[in-house]
Amino acid sequence: MDPAWLSAAAFVAVAAVVAAAALVGARVLGVKARVDAPLKTDTYECGEEPDGAAWVRFHPRYYVVALLFVLFDVETVFILPWALNVEGLGGTAIVAMFAFAAILLLGWAYAVRKGALRWQ
Amino acid sequence: MIENPWLHGLVLGLVVVAVVMGVAAFSIWYERKFAGLLQNRPGPTEVGPWGLGQLIADAIKLLQKEQIVPAAADRPLFLLAPLLVLTAALVPLAVIPWGPGLVGADLHVGVLFALAASSLMLFPVWMAGWASNNKYALLGGMRSVAQGISYEIPLLLSATVPIVLAQSFRLGDIVAAQEGLRWFALWPPGPGTLAFGLFMATALAEANRIPFDIPEAESELVAGVTVEYTGMNFGMFYLAEYLHTFIASALGAALFLGGWDMGPLGAGLHWMVLKTLVLFAGIFWVRWSLLRLRSDQLMELCWRWLVPGSLLLVMAAALWVHLT
Repeated sequence: MDPAWLSAAAFVAVAAVVAAAALVGARVLGVKARVDAPLKTDTYECGEEPDGAAWVRFHPRYYVVALLFVLFDVETVFILPWALNVEGLGGTAIVAMFAFAAILLLGWAYAVRKGALRWQ
Repeated sequence: MIENPWLHGLVLGLVVVAVVMGVAAFSIWYERKFAGLLQNRPGPTEVGPWGLGQLIADAIKLLQKEQIVPAAADRPLFLLAPLLVLTAALVPLAVIPWGPGLVGADLHVGVLFALAASSLMLFPVWMAGWASNNKYALLGGMRSVAQGISYEIPLLLSATVPIVLAQSFRLGDIVAAQEGLRWFALWPPGPGTLAFGLFMATALAEANRIPFDIPEAESELVAGVTVEYTGMNFGMFYLAEYLHTFIASALGAALFLGGWDMGPLGAGLHWMVLKTLVLFAGIFWVRWSLLRLRSDQLMELCWRWLVPGSLLLVMAAALWVHLT
């Protein structure tokens, strides 16, 4: 394994410790009320009394976008190794990737024409 | 630099994290001064000379304020989110090359690591939105996720253009490929320049900065996911946003502006820092010049123009590499 991964792990540990230290420091230094007034820990709704919980069902308007995201995300998985080696692969690889991208863009054009990206 | 990889990561991690957090805190003061300049008002003036003490005053204020947890919130998740958001914001710093060999972790997949780590920030943001049990926070969290995943694709594809041109995922190699002022932002003029613009624009969207700051949209959502957070818990989100913007600037400088190299003027840490700060200040300029987009306009811009556009840019860059 590349030893740089060990450095990366050490770096992530430093980041987590620094973030935790800031929070714990604020815990120690900060004031703390002995008794919480009921209004203080109430949900904030601009001064109105909170109307029901926020954990409700909502319309997944953007689920088509989520589907498109998965599609294009998988596509980048194919593009990245190709992009790394495009110089050595020659003309065939370029033609193949152009065909692949053309098919994808066809699907994208279909989604756009069907109004998948419109807010209805 | 240091032989032991653990020690190398630890030492560079401490130095880089300390310096960058300092820069991020300072940039909050700088942005307020800059905004004042653009809007013909003085900005902070009271604490210390030119209001410079303001950042210390703000830090003390954040540290000693009470951390309130709303009664209706999901307590463990609510407290975990600020910790994770700052950690996730700091992680991409590991692979950014500040000078020749001066990098926390010289990973061979550096670009991918930086982009993957910075999009990890979406998880704590959504966690905070959900755990707050507040409608504003929930809406802000949903908008963040929708926007974050959508703009991730043009971001990744525009970062693929330098990968194609340099034929490497390693950020150090990409900088080395631009030596002698052959910056990818200037050369090749077509795909390189457009990819640079696209990268910076989508990075703004990833960092939830104006004109893409609808997850926070003060006028509709009060403060988005941070609405229920107080004291240092809020400070973590605030700092994470500035760090994210700073890292986007550093990545832009390394991928497109030649990083630490400045051709005949020599190479070194100072050039990388200077280029990063110029891009960083540019982002502030954008913030105080443009308006916020509407949520659906934002999604349409991304999916209708940026995604196919960035795909075509990658193809153009590949053709360039093949033909030259």
